[in-house]
Amino acid sequence: MKPLLEISDLHVRFRTHSPLSAMMNGIQDPFVDAVNGVSLHIGEGETYGLVGESGSGKTTLARSILGLVQPQQGSIRYAGTELIGMPAAQMKRFRSNVGAMFQDPVGSLSPRMTIGSLLAEPFKIHGLSDRDLGHEATRLLDMVGLNRDFSSRYPHQLSGGQARRVGVARALALNPKLIIADEPTAGLDVSVQGEILNLLGKLQAELGISILVITHNLNVVRHITDRMGIMYFGRVLEQGPTSAIFHQPSHPYTLALLSANPEPDPDAEIDRLELHGEVPSLFNRPGGCEFHPRCPFSDDTCKSAFPDITELDNAHSFRCHHPLQRA
Amino acid sequence: MLEISRLNVEFTTERGVIKALRDVDLEVPRGSIVGVVGESGCGKSTMINSIIGLLAHNAAVRSGSITFEGSDLLQKSQRELRDIRGTRISMVFQDPMTALNPVLSIGAQMTDIQYRDPIGMAQKKQRSIRMLSRVGIPDPETRLENYPHQFSGGMRQRIAIAMALQAEPALLIADEPTTALDATLEVQIIHRLKDLQQSMGCSILFISHHLGVIAELCDFVVVMYGGEVVERGTVRDIFHRPAHPYTIKLLECDPARIAETTRALPTIPGEIPDLVNLPPGCIFADRCDRCIKVCREQIPQTTEFAEHHWARCHLAGSMAET
Repeated sequence: MKPLLEISDLHVRFRTHSPLSAMMNGIQDPFVDAVNGVSLHIGEGETYGLVGESGSGKTTLARSILGLVQPQQGSIRYAGTELIGMPAAQMKRFRSNVGAMFQDPVGSLSPRMTIGSLLAEPFKIHGLSDRDLGHEATRLLDMVGLNRDFSSRYPHQLSGGQARRVGVARALALNPKLIIADEPTAGLDVSVQGEILNLLGKLQAELGISILVITHNLNVVRHITDRMGIMYFGRVLEQGPTSAIFHQPSHPYTLALLSANPEPDPDAEIDRLELHGEVPSLFNRPGGCEFHPRCPFSDDTCKSAFPDITELDNAHSFRCHHPLQRA
Repeated sequence: MLEISRLNVEFTTERGVIKALRDVDLEVPRGSIVGVVGESGCGKSTMINSIIGLLAHNAAVRSGSITFEGSDLLQKSQRELRDIRGTRISMVFQDPMTALNPVLSIGAQMTDIQYRDPIGMAQKKQRSIRMLSRVGIPDPETRLENYPHQFSGGMRQRIAIAMALQAEPALLIADEPTTALDATLEVQIIHRLKDLQQSMGCSILFISHHLGVIAELCDFVVVMYGGEVVERGTVRDIFHRPAHPYTIKLLECDPARIAETTRALPTIPGEIPDLVNLPPGCIFADRCDRCIKVCREQIPQTTEFAEHHWARCHLAGSMAET
């Protein structure tokens, strides 16, 4: 599969103190590393799932692909074109290639605009107002399975699932090749969640787009993604084919995450790898492997050195000094 | 301990009267955890707001009662309710960041909410420290000085739980307290809640979309749809012997129950009916594949067709075995 998006050794740092305040307070490193050396690639027509707890850098990574935050180091190549350092005007034109679905479906729609004008907005922003915008809006509504009457409605008149569909329509407006879906089903009940995911799957099959899904929901990841990556503290600890990771995780954090997923059966006996201790603060990054304070297998090596990438077959890789035994 | 009986709540809007809750029955036995499931707009929030007396101005309780510790909450004055909220009934909200005040330290907020107690500041502080350590915040004494943004999401939610349980309420209402957390923290929080519930002997009304969490945490489950309680029973009855077609479909839709990976996830076709113009019969009839003539004509009664297992369906009982 040809990679559409290639990210390598990406670093995004946010300043926490101004240079003066850092000097006055004797802070050596007035930055926090939100994304810390992430490499991943997404093939054409592929769905990649990014999981990890809040604050692990998933959304920052997505925002850097959209050019909404400036990475300090590394490279993001889209169909061979380097995005980092791209001039702003060119970046704006490029952005029509990537559609974004943000968290909070209703909040990401302006409450004072009708659905019709919300759907026309991407065309206006990209200087395509000469098109028949009413026609484009109906085309998009048809595509996501909403009645054409929705054109004249306002966001507050929509249910959560309908607002999501509008979000999908907006993301698809300019025929992007890549969609970034940040928590596409948060807050939806399972049946509506199924509808949205099926819609995304259908559109993906028809249009051949790639999807980057960011989510907490492991059940969703298992069903809809081809490959997945597990983020912790701004790093990807393990990535590879979704089925391989669910079947045989290598990193202890992956196992803890997968086994923590509660089963919808009150009598299920779940063999859990339970984690103790707290998620450390980003301002107080543990040395060595960031996961060591919570890891049941950590030893002195883990405290001092961050593990290198170990490659398994099938583009499955992980970073751990003490990977789980492979059967 | 808490018993809601035949509760009817309506909202007056420009479009007409929304019949948001219709004949809702619910029971929270002492010392138990009751889970409430249902899609957005099914009336979960309206039900909670009725319990704590915080319904919007355009809402009116048409009939029914909410009996808590022997007296009807709906008959109480605002003043009396204020004495119950926060001491006998408390709440944990979905988003811990917005539930805590960002410009006050945790310690200040935890002391503030003890304003009712005639004890000194030092004792209030001691109690806050004890409560923080009970929810597993390490080093609670120094952490009291910290502000909400200095805690991780999981810790903030545990602080919210500590604050809610500080007054040792008889009932804790938790509105999707784990949606913002990843799976490892979610499990940590629900285990912590269960431990605290057992040691304090309080009851919990737990609202969640996540069927796995409900199955793991709750003793009883209430399933709501379109403003009605369509089924309630023990957690095993609901998950192993669901009786209402909506419950059956809801469980089938959970991707966690589908072992084989699939891109075509099951859904429930159709939409919730308009709660202004209600259909004459069963609220679920339009989406139900077992719908018969009577379902379109008559609203089903809630029947206890097996011990502690109620369903609001004309066919209840006849399907439980299948």
